[in-house]
Amino acid sequence: MTRLLRALAVIFGISVLVFLIFFATPGTDPAARLAGRGASPETLAAIRHEYGLDRPLPLQYAALMRRLFWTRDLPSFVNRGQLVVPTLLRAAPVTLALATGAAAIWLTLGLCIGLVGALFRRAGALVTALGLLGVSIPVFWLGEIVNLLTQDRLRPWFAWVPPLGLRDQSWTDTALGYVLPCTTLAVLYAGIYGRVLRTSLADAYRQDYIRTARAKGLGETRILLKHALRNALLPILALFGLDFGALIGGGTLLVELVFGLRGVGKLTYDALRNLDLAMVMACVLYASLFVVLANAAVDLLQTRLDPRRR
Amino acid sequence: MLLAIVAATALAPLYAARISGTDPFLSTPMAQTNGNPVLADNLGLGVTPIGPGWRGPYLFGPYLLGADTLGRDVAARLLYGGRTSLLVAGAATILCLLLGSLAGITAGFVGGLTDTALSALIDLLWAFPVYLLAISLSIVLVNEGLHLGPITLEADDKLLPALILGLVYVPYVARPIRAEVRALLARDFVEAAHATGGTRSHILRRHILPSLLPTFLGLAPIIAAMMLLTEAALSILGIGIQPPEASWGTLIADGQSLIYSRPWVAIAPGLAVALTVLALNTLADRDA
Repeated sequence: MTRLLRALAVIFGISVLVFLIFFATPGTDPAARLAGRGASPETLAAIRHEYGLDRPLPLQYAALMRRLFWTRDLPSFVNRGQLVVPTLLRAAPVTLALATGAAAIWLTLGLCIGLVGALFRRAGALVTALGLLGVSIPVFWLGEIVNLLTQDRLRPWFAWVPPLGLRDQSWTDTALGYVLPCTTLAVLYAGIYGRVLRTSLADAYRQDYIRTARAKGLGETRILLKHALRNALLPILALFGLDFGALIGGGTLLVELVFGLRGVGKLTYDALRNLDLAMVMACVLYASLFVVLANAAVDLLQTRLDPRRR
Repeated sequence: MLLAIVAATALAPLYAARISGTDPFLSTPMAQTNGNPVLADNLGLGVTPIGPGWRGPYLFGPYLLGADTLGRDVAARLLYGGRTSLLVAGAATILCLLLGSLAGITAGFVGGLTDTALSALIDLLWAFPVYLLAISLSIVLVNEGLHLGPITLEADDKLLPALILGLVYVPYVARPIRAEVRALLARDFVEAAHATGGTRSHILRRHILPSLLPTFLGLAPIIAAMMLLTEAALSILGIGIQPPEASWGTLIADGQSLIYSRPWVAIAPGLAVALTVLALNTLADRDA
């Protein structure tokens, strides 16, 4: 219960922070942006009034939140016909598919890399190198190179990859279009997950309960799967919760941009560029919701799974 | 090997002018028509090298990596861009480490209400997706610049991205430092110092601060690596380093439109970022 309250307090704090960044700093008068270049003071005043920007800040904040959560009919500041909440919900599946697909790949790969690293001593240096390599590559650049190879240089081999940025394709093409973005995203994480797993597996093997299990005469496979791996997965779980939460919330921005996907990241970025404050607030709250949720879920699961913390 | 990479990149700005041979801001066709009209037959399709080439009089002559859309030497821009990238990342790292350890040490050492307040603030920033916060701040500040009392940073100042990056990553320093301070305060030698009549400031200066040094040094390269990557990301999005300045990030962005015709324009700066970050991460790994 206290955890829930804390999470809500953090989300509230973030929403206030974003609100202040965009509504209370002199650099971003939303009315000036809406009115366009060289608008007369009267037009500015009228726009301020229409959007409720002439009211005191706390009232503005309250009205924004009410229309966002209660009536859910907050219109975009840039395109009046566009409601913020449905637009966000339309973009969410794209990001969700991207993040889930990538997570499936990187967890599988990470598990393989970690197991290989733990079982074969000699592979240790390789696992370390892979982990470091993954976290060192700029993702946008990796995406560009993947595009260069699959869309152009090696096109004969990658003819099955649909061209970038198409809309209304058949569902097979849509699915195929996710393969490379997911893989690109997964490359960043697979190595480091494998590395963390290897370290924690090595730690687990030094524990007394493994010796006990060996003394009982259990087979090595059983010891690995039932005893060592189970405990070694705890740090992976913590890492995964945070990474995945951040990705769903729009952390996939650069991958979405480079592969022409229209997900939450792209939506957030466009909203920020256009100073579409209504959309910005919705996106930021959406993102922080997932980060906070992921934090809470990790906490909860760790207490459930770790006998020492029960 | 690693140190060589770090040193080579770190020193690149110093020797950039020596080995590049061309001006990174010079757009070649114009320079040739203005400077030396006799070389007119050097203009035109297929004359300005567009791919990697060794056409100059030296081994590392001009246009080692070809030219970008405006006819500027990519290799020279890579060197000069690295200067900006490293300056921004370095300044941001220093700022972040200073602010982060200040917050972490204050929260951990003073404790009580100060700790609660500071920790709440740090947790708030921690839950804020880093990219989102950095983008938000950049969009506000890149439009208008920063005017805060005596401090004025113009909108296209190179230190503006450094300031934003430094602020955004503060929790990544403050949290481990605070935890470390709390752990140190519970250790025997601190208690012993306390028992023998050491004042709080004495304990802080003589016992806590020196013991924090390993944590601090371990964090520095990791933070620097994150700064380089985030600087590149912000510049790619067009809200980091502003033209005509170049950084590795803006070079990657410039190369995006040329990716199919002259891939080296984008590949080279990305490689530079990846290698430098890799070297920094490996450095951090050795310490740990």
